Amino acid sequence: MSGPKLPHDSSDLPQDSGVAQTAENKLGKGTTGITRRGFLKGAGVTAAGTALLEGARAFGREAAATRGEHPEGVREFGPGPVAVTLQVNGKERVIHIEPRTTLADALRLEMAMTGTKVVCDRGACSACTLLMDDIPINSCMTLAIDAVGHQVTTIEGLTESSEGHSMQAAFLKHDAMQCGFCTPGMVMTCSALLKKNPKPTEDDVRLATAGNLCRCGTYPRIFAATLEAAGVSDSESTHNA
Amino acid sequence: MNQFVLVDCTTVDGALSQLKDGSVVKAAGVDLLDRMKNGTTTPSRLVNIRNISALRGIHPSPEGVTIGALTTLTEISEHPLLQSHYTILTDACGTVATPHIRNMATLGGNLLQELQCWYFRSEEYECLRKGKEICFAFSGLNQYHAIMDYGTCPSVAPSTSAVALLGLNASVELTSAKRGKRMVAIKDLYVHPDANPTKFTVLEPDELLTAVMIPQPAKGTRSAYQKYGEKQSNDWAIADAGVVLEMDGNVCRKAAIVMGSASPVVRHAPEAEAMLAGKPITEEIARAAGKAAMQGAPLQTAMQGAQPLSMNAYKVQMFPIAIYRTILLAAGQMGRDPSAAS
Ligand SMILES: Cc1cc2nc3c(=O)[nH]c(=O)nc-3n(C[C@H](O)[C@H](O)[C@H](O)COP(=O)(O)OP(=O)(O)OC[C@H]3O[C@@H](n4cnc5c(N)ncnc54)[C@H](O)[C@@H]3O)c2cc1C
Ligand code: SF4
Ligand code: FES
Ligand code: FES
Repeated sequence: MSGPKLPHDSSDLPQDSGVAQTAENKLGKGTTGITRRGFLKGAGVTAAGTALLEGARAFGREAAATRGEHPEGVREFGPGPVAVTLQVNGKERVIHIEPRTTLADALRLEMAMTGTKVVCDRGACSACTLLMDDIPINSCMTLAIDAVGHQVTTIEGLTESSEGHSMQAAFLKHDAMQCGFCTPGMVMTCSALLKKNPKPTEDDVRLATAGNLCRCGTYPRIFAATLEAAGVSDSESTHNA
Repeated sequence: MNQFVLVDCTTVDGALSQLKDGSVVKAAGVDLLDRMKNGTTTPSRLVNIRNISALRGIHPSPEGVTIGALTTLTEISEHPLLQSHYTILTDACGTVATPHIRNMATLGGNLLQELQCWYFRSEEYECLRKGKEICFAFSGLNQYHAIMDYGTCPSVAPSTSAVALLGLNASVELTSAKRGKRMVAIKDLYVHPDANPTKFTVLEPDELLTAVMIPQPAKGTRSAYQKYGEKQSNDWAIADAGVVLEMDGNVCRKAAIVMGSASPVVRHAPEAEAMLAGKPITEEIARAAGKAAMQGAPLQTAMQGAQPLSMNAYKVQMFPIAIYRTILLAAGQMGRDPSAAS
């Protein structure tokens, strides 16, 4: 990953799931606990500690210009860290980031929410998929500042919603992952599809996931899991791949 | 990615007032951030236009349709009126990149994205288009490069939406604080490398692309676009065809046939268009038109017909087929090609 160097101590952050982690660990109840702990710990180690934020008005839709004389509708930020307020999984988060920070990096490095994966960092694999106002986007090609004023939903947040949860359960049931690196992005993409189109065909699922690359080739299981989560397939369907 | 000052603007006037001191415009940033991550573009000031709501939207009128520069490719490809009257555009926007990129990418940014030549995208190669002396593609890896009308730089036109908009005879509205608005036809938007290697479009540094205007198609117009890539999704076209047919029953009054990934600047295939004009559309004539396109008279250089490089002769076979199938698709005589991008 060639993103910006952000002020954090990576040894303090919860470690990424990676290859060794089991499906139960990744998607089951345990994760919520780990993520929450990491979340608090992460918040403690960022440069945006509470002391730094005191008195600073976080950059939100209503925030005032940071500096300089500018006409109406023009605000200038950076190049150094600025306080930014994001709505992540229904909660308000204030972080202190440079404008060059991508949304993926802000989540992973500043908020210790490592459920969102970064693989290509170029918009070419969709591993970093999350929802902005329910629309799936690539968080590696989105500046965190561009998420201000929008509702961001990550894989961690999906666990708490009922549609998200049933999608994750279907992925587990169909064993729709091997290394798991594409999985959070796949789950985000497929649950966004069901929000837009609750009764998709397999072709709809294929089209929706057309940008999500899986090097392990778990596609047939992903399609079957999504169709089952939508209640449009025989839950006993077999996989021939 | 280098550090930068981000100037966030919510109005067109505000953004125009900030286009100074080497500032670079950012829409969604899919192309710009890629170049910044690669280290080939290192702006110290970005003017963020993404939050200008006035630049977003699809506005039909009796004269045609106006599309705001910040409208996303998904918003365009899913628009029912555009789907029925400007199928070539919804086909094209709907096959760009991946679904998630289309949810982000703006029409203005798609038209103005820079070259995808891998030498150009790499910090390691200082080529002609970066103001230096050499092109690395002629003797290097050139399987995705141009086969026609390339002269000194065979990098291909990257924008898929431009293929459709050229076929539809569209124009862009360019706005500056000092000079106001001017309209530029898509056919005049791009600068051929032989004319100026480091200027990609006629857009000036103090201008914003504010809208795209497409005239009302003539009665009986049918259109289509198909893109062929190495994969069904994700990649830029290796061959593609945009077709607009003005039909009178089964007779084609006038045709526009456009290729994107054949040459450095998106181009018509006048030889193919001439073959269709005044004739009924048949399989034979569609095949002949595809072949004729490869005889292409030079539009920008002295290069007659397709002249493949060391690794891309396959493209000379793909374009005629892309054109033939897309003519029949536009005419309603063939379904969408399952091997084309979707
Ligand atoms: C995996 C992948 C596959 C892709 N495949 C395709 C494909 O098949 N076809 C295709 O066409 N594209 C493809 N793309 C490119 C993608 O479509 C473009 O990067 C995207 O459309 C750019 O839009 P944007 O809004 O992000 O532009 P930005 O990155 O924000 O801007 C692009 C350029 O235009 C300038 N600019 C943008 N808007 C304006 C404006 N209104 N006024 C003045 N200047 C402006 C910026 O300064 C910048 O130089 C692909 C990209 C990826 C990552
Ligand atoms: S093809 Fe064009 S962009 Fe690519 S190396 Fe040659 S001159 Fe540069
Ligand atoms: S990591 Fe974002 S698309 Fe690959
Ligand atoms: S499970 Fe390994 S990449 Fe998809």
